[in-house]
Amino acid sequence: MENFLTQIQGVPLNHYIIFCSIIFAIGVTGVLIRRNVIIIMMSIELMLNSVNLLLAAFSAYRGDASGQVFVFFIMALAAAEVAVGLAIIVMVYRHTKSVDIESLSKLRW
Amino acid sequence: MSALIWLIPLIPLLGFIINGLTRNSVPKIVSGIVGSLAVLASFVLSTLAYLEVSAARDAGSVASFTVHVFDWFSVGSLRIALSFLLDPLSAIMLLIITGVGFLIHLYSCAYMAHDEGFGKFFAYLNLFIFFMTILVLGSNYLVMFIGWEGVGLCSYLLIGFWFKNSSYASAAKKAFIMNRIGDLGFLLALFFILEAFGSLEYAEVFAAASGMSVGAPVIVIITLLLFVAATGKSAQIPLFTWLPDAMAGPTPVSALIHAATMVTAGVYLVVRSNVLFLLAPLSMEIMAVVGVVTAFVAAFIALTQNDIKKVLAYSTVSQLGYMFLGLGVGAFTGAFFHVLTHAFFKALLFLGAGSVIHAVQDEQDMRKMGGLRKALPITFTTMLIGTIAISGIPPFAGFFSKDEILAHTFQHQPVFWVIGLITALFTAFYMFRLLFLTFFGKFRGTAEQQSHVHESPWLMTVPLIILAILSVVGGFINVPEALGGHHALQAFLAPVLEMGEVNHTVLELSHMAEYVLMGVSVLGALMMAVFAYTKYAKNVDVADDKKQESLLYRLSYSKLYVDELYATVIVRPLGKLSVFFFKYVDKMGIDGFVNGVGDFFIGSGKGIRQLQSGHVGFYIMMMVISVVAILLYGIFHS
Repeated sequence: MENFLTQIQGVPLNHYIIFCSIIFAIGVTGVLIRRNVIIIMMSIELMLNSVNLLLAAFSAYRGDASGQVFVFFIMALAAAEVAVGLAIIVMVYRHTKSVDIESLSKLRW
Repeated sequence: MSALIWLIPLIPLLGFIINGLTRNSVPKIVSGIVGSLAVLASFVLSTLAYLEVSAARDAGSVASFTVHVFDWFSVGSLRIALSFLLDPLSAIMLLIITGVGFLIHLYSCAYMAHDEGFGKFFAYLNLFIFFMTILVLGSNYLVMFIGWEGVGLCSYLLIGFWFKNSSYASAAKKAFIMNRIGDLGFLLALFFILEAFGSLEYAEVFAAASGMSVGAPVIVIITLLLFVAATGKSAQIPLFTWLPDAMAGPTPVSALIHAATMVTAGVYLVVRSNVLFLLAPLSMEIMAVVGVVTAFVAAFIALTQNDIKKVLAYSTVSQLGYMFLGLGVGAFTGAFFHVLTHAFFKALLFLGAGSVIHAVQDEQDMRKMGGLRKALPITFTTMLIGTIAISGIPPFAGFFSKDEILAHTFQHQPVFWVIGLITALFTAFYMFRLLFLTFFGKFRGTAEQQSHVHESPWLMTVPLIILAILSVVGGFINVPEALGGHHALQAFLAPVLEMGEVNHTVLELSHMAEYVLMGVSVLGALMMAVFAYTKYAKNVDVADDKKQESLLYRLSYSKLYVDELYATVIVRPLGKLSVFFFKYVDKMGIDGFVNGVGDFFIGSGKGIRQLQSGHVGFYIMMMVISVVAILLYGIFHS
């Protein structure tokens, strides 16, 4: 465990922050510019995981395990979210024969 | 007996409830019997109550019994009780109300027999008796006010009894609204009394008032307001125009409410409050002037009316004017005596008119009657008695009461006496005109009506006969000393009328002067009767009336244009004001504001919902921008 912590602390904290920000930004960009719903789902996962990574890093630096506990929660939640999201995508596909996000633009007033 | 006094109003109330609930489910005869029996029971109880009061008076006591039923409400130091007061004044009023009321119930059983609203009619009549007995029995002004409002309601319901005819319905509304003006006076008077004396109980108010000086402003205000109330209920100038219109109701209603009982409530109110009025000479003077003017004006209008009920209605207004003249000059006993005799002969005349109307198939225009003497012998005889009584020819009832008022008036102010005398002559003329037009000459209606003319059934003639007997003998209860009597009624009422410190006006005329006054009025009345005979008893060409249209005739025929005057001065401006308020204040102002608020939110909602485009990318973009904005705000603001 000690070994594991020193391994993580071997990389400066700033690097983690910059790296996670980049991944998060990629995720946001993906959600904004892609039209394929599955890719949007993947981009969301990307954002979630960047946060996970950052939480783990902070947790290790501060020597506080609660950050890692959050990570587990987020992973469980992400799994559930993907399950529901994919189910919705499947249903949408059956109706519209498309996974284009614009195919849902009728859902308005 | 006095402990059971609360049964007198309660039984008619029960009758009202029973009749009201079962009006559509029982045969007419049951409604009639229930209604009549309820009033008969009240009459029997009233008679017992009267006998008790009478016995107490003979024994020399003041004969005033207060029965406390329950405490109604108490606020601070003010305690208002529902309690009844049985004294000589209320005992006699009870006898009039329930006695005449019972006769009219009997009469209605036959008169209304073919009406589909029979049960409803009896329910209303019983409700009226309930409120009227409450009015006279209350031992404080508030209980009287309950009855006062209640009889107004019943009057409205019964005038508009045939409400499908819209002119009848508007007559009912007119009566209700004009009464309301008077009732406002009553209500204000209540507040002033409460403020000045801290109580509404007659006994406490009068005891407290005795200590005040004559002409104290608060007393003048109270009495004037009470008089306003009386002008509304008793149809005095300026609030008298509702009473002639009230003839839209069934004839028994006109007899009971608009002749014998309700319209005399104003007189009762003033007699009851005589202690206050004697302390306010100004109010008395105003009352006398209003009374004598009303008496004269109404009699003048009655001269030329052709509707048999309208003549009687104006005659009622005129007689009520007499009563207020009597009250104004301090002849409280005389005025109340006139209430009593007027109840007999005017109820008789109305019921007789109803009998005539019944006989000629709901025709009310006297120009289309005539010659009914042979066909309706009982109605003719009783109406002749009523006519003689109201004309003031001795020894019938009206002579005594009218002459007592006139004698007091002469002593107070001879000018009023002259006007009163002229009114009396008018009265004799129009009443005999009515009689001759209806019963003498040739029948002027259609042949079909003539073939149906018949005397009314016994249920209608028996009340007529009883009232006729009362109209003959009713005057003898208060024979003046000049004619060898000893003012029995005055002695009986003495405890009610002589409570205050200020002395009542005592008639100081010599007997000789009284004889002269009586002689003048009797002779005048007889001359008028003869004049009317020559003019109307022969085969009169009714169209004659048209030819001799003088200015006075037209003024009288068109009722002095009072209704038109009110319409121009009050009703139409008010109507215009209402339209203004409706159009500009209500529609544009209030509705505009309320609808404007709604329109604003609808409009802004329409605009904002364009944001919900259905493009998920757009939503996410907005979300990201917002999150970034919040972040930036958090960073730079802290």
